[in-house]
Amino acid sequence: MISDYLLEEKLPLSWCAGCGNGIILQSIMRNIDARHWRKEDTVICTGIGCSGKADDYTRTNSFHGTHGRAIAFSTGMKLANPNLHVVAVMGDGDGITIGGNHLIHAARRNMDIVAIMINNLNYGMTGGQYSGTTPRDSITKTSVYGHVEDGFDVCGVVKAAGGTFVARGTVMDVVQLNSLIGKAMDHKGFAFVEVISPCPAQFGRNNKMSAAPAMMQWIKDNTVSVAKAAGMSRAELKKKFVTGIFEDRNDQDDYYTAYKKIIDRLGGEENE
Amino acid sequence: MGKFRFMQGNEAMTEGAIAAGARFYAGYPITPSSEVAETSSVRLPQVGGTYIQMEDEIGSMAALIGASVCGKKAYTATSGPGISLMSENLGVAMMGEVPCVVIDVQRSGPSTGLATKPAQGDVMQTRWGTQGDHSIIVLSPSSVQDCFDLMITAFNYAEQYRTPVIFLSEEIIGHLREQVIIRDPEEITVVDRARPAGDPKDYRVYDHSQGLAPLATFGSDYIFKINATMHDEKGNPSANQENCERIVRHLSEKIESHVKDISIVRRYNLEDAEYIIITYGGTTRSALSAMQKGRDAGLKIGVLQIVTLWPAPGAEIEEVMSSANAVFVPELNLGQYISEVQKRNPRNIPVIGINKTNSKPIFPAEILEKIKEVAD
Ligand SMILES: Cc1ncc(C[n+]2csc(CCOP(=O)(O)OP(=O)(O)O)c2C)c(N)n1
Ligand code: SF4
Repeated sequence: MISDYLLEEKLPLSWCAGCGNGIILQSIMRNIDARHWRKEDTVICTGIGCSGKADDYTRTNSFHGTHGRAIAFSTGMKLANPNLHVVAVMGDGDGITIGGNHLIHAARRNMDIVAIMINNLNYGMTGGQYSGTTPRDSITKTSVYGHVEDGFDVCGVVKAAGGTFVARGTVMDVVQLNSLIGKAMDHKGFAFVEVISPCPAQFGRNNKMSAAPAMMQWIKDNTVSVAKAAGMSRAELKKKFVTGIFEDRNDQDDYYTAYKKIIDRLGGEENE
Repeated sequence: MGKFRFMQGNEAMTEGAIAAGARFYAGYPITPSSEVAETSSVRLPQVGGTYIQMEDEIGSMAALIGASVCGKKAYTATSGPGISLMSENLGVAMMGEVPCVVIDVQRSGPSTGLATKPAQGDVMQTRWGTQGDHSIIVLSPSSVQDCFDLMITAFNYAEQYRTPVIFLSEEIIGHLREQVIIRDPEEITVVDRARPAGDPKDYRVYDHSQGLAPLATFGSDYIFKINATMHDEKGNPSANQENCERIVRHLSEKIESHVKDISIVRRYNLEDAEYIIITYGGTTRSALSAMQKGRDAGLKIGVLQIVTLWPAPGAEIEEVMSSANAVFVPELNLGQYISEVQKRNPRNIPVIGINKTNSKPIFPAEILEKIKEVAD
C-alpha cells in the first residue's frame, strides 16, 4: 500500500493548489510500492526547492542536502552500498541548472541511480525566477521583458552524455508517467526521467496561466509524443514538450559493476 | 612493530586513512594534494574500497557524505581553490552530523595563488569556511609520521563526534619525503562510530538528549532522515525557534565541551623557557631548529607545537602565557592564529608574529633573529 511509503500525518502537502509535485511524488511512491522495495533499502535524496520537499512525506530513508547536489550525494550512497535503491528527486534548478555538471557526469558514468527531475520551467521556491529550462520569451521574476535564452532539452543533454535510460513525461498523463518511472526503477544503470509539471503559483501567474487548469491545458496542448515528433521540423518542435522514451539500452556496465571487476581482479575484499 | 617505509607526506596520509578503516575516496585533483588522490586510486580497490574522481570538489564533498551515511569511512584531499568549493557541503556534514575527513594540503593563496608553493593561509578558512555558527576539528601534521598517525586520529575524532574533521597539511609536509613507520593494526586504536542498538521504531537520528545520538546506516534496519536544513530530532524540517537555538548551540558545544579530549599539543623545553615559540604544521620544524640553535647560544627557548588547531587548545596556550617572557608566533600567513594567543595574554607579555607570504618557508634563522632582538 502506498500509505506504507507516504507519511499521512504530514498531509496535506505544503505545495500550492494545482502544483504538479504531489502527482509526481505519488507516482514515485506507487512504483516503489509495486516493486516492494524495503523502506530500509530505499533512499529518497532531494535537492532544495519546492520539489526538494518531497522527502518530508516519505517513510523511506531520506537525505536532504544542498541545492543541485542530489545526484552527487546519491553517487556516494550507491557506491558505498550498491544494494540500495537510490532515487534522486530534483527540480530543474537543481537538476540541470546549478547541478547540471553532476547530471551529465552521472549519466556518462552510468551510475546506477534513478534521477527524477521535476521541470516546472522556473525556480518555484525562490519566487519564480528563470532557470536553465525556462522557454524563450517567457516572463519570470527576472525576465520581465521576456526571456532571451532557450531552455535546455534536458533529455537530449542526458542522452548525449551517455545516460542509458532517458525519458520525459508530464503530470497530465499519469498512466505514461507511472510507466516511465517504473521502467526507470527497473533499469540497471543511470535512469533519468524528466517530468513537465505545472507551477501555477509562479510560472503560471507570470505567464497568464495563474489558474491551475489553464497551465495544465497549456502543457497538454504543447505535448507531442516521440513518435509524432519524429516527423516534425526543429522549428515546429520549438517550445514543445516531447514525451516518451529517448534511450533505453543495457549495453554498458553500470559504474560499480565495472569498478567491482577491478576490485575482484586485485583480490580486494569488500568490507562491510 | 610495523614496517619502515620511505615516503611522501601525501602518500602517508593515504596509508593512514586506510589503516583507520577508510574505504571511500571522492576527490578532484589539485596541486599539491594530487598524490593523495593518486595513491588512493591505487590502494583503495586493493582493500575492497572505492575511489572516484568526481566532476568537481562540490560533488566530491557530497559523495563523501553520501558514502559515510551508508557506513563507509570516507575522505577527500584538496587545496586552496578546492577547499573553497567544498565549503558549502562541508556545512552539510556539520549540520547533518555525518563523519568524514577532508585533507587540505595548503598552497600559497589567495585565489589560484602559487600552486606549488607552501603557505598556511587556510587556518581561518578551515575554522569559519562554511556559513553560520559551528565548531570544527582541525589537525595539523608536522612530519610524514604525523601524516600516518594523525590521520587515524582524524578519523577517530570524526567518528566519535559525528563531525567532519579537516586535516590541515601544507605543501611542505605533503611533499616531504622521510622515513615513516606504517604501524601494524594491533598497534593502532581505531574508533568506529556508535551504532544504534534499540528498536528501530524508537531511533532518533538527532536526539542528543542522552549524549550524542548514534548514527545508523542507510540499508540497515534503521530508517532515518539526514537533513542539512534545520531539523528536529527525527530529521524532519523544523523552524521551531527553541529547536533552532538548541541545534546551533549543540553543533558548537559537542566539540567545544570536549576541547580537553581533542587537544593535542607537543611541548619542547618549556620547563625553563623564557622565550616560547608557538607554532604548527611544517613551520614547527623551523621552530625546533631555531630552538636548538638558540639553546646552543645560551638562550632559553621552548616550543609549544599546536597539533589540534581547532578547537584551539586554550588551556595549553594559557599555561605558556603564564610563564614566558615573550612569545613568538611564526606563520606562513599574515598572522591568522596569533589572535588565539593574543586573547590569552593577561600579563601583557610581548606576542610577536613572524610572518611570511613570499612562497618560501620560514627559516630557523629568521625566527632566531627575532628572538635575539627581544632578548638583547
Ligand atoms: C547554492 C544555493 N543557491 C541558491 C539557493 C536558493 N534557492 C533555493 S531553491 C532555488 C531554486 C529552486 O528551483 P528548482 O530547483 O527548479 O525547484 P522548484 O522550487 O522549482 O521545485 C534556489 C535558487 C540555494 N538554496 N543554494
Ligand atoms: S511555487 Fe510552484 S512549484 Fe512551488 S509549490 Fe507552488 S506551484 Fe508548486
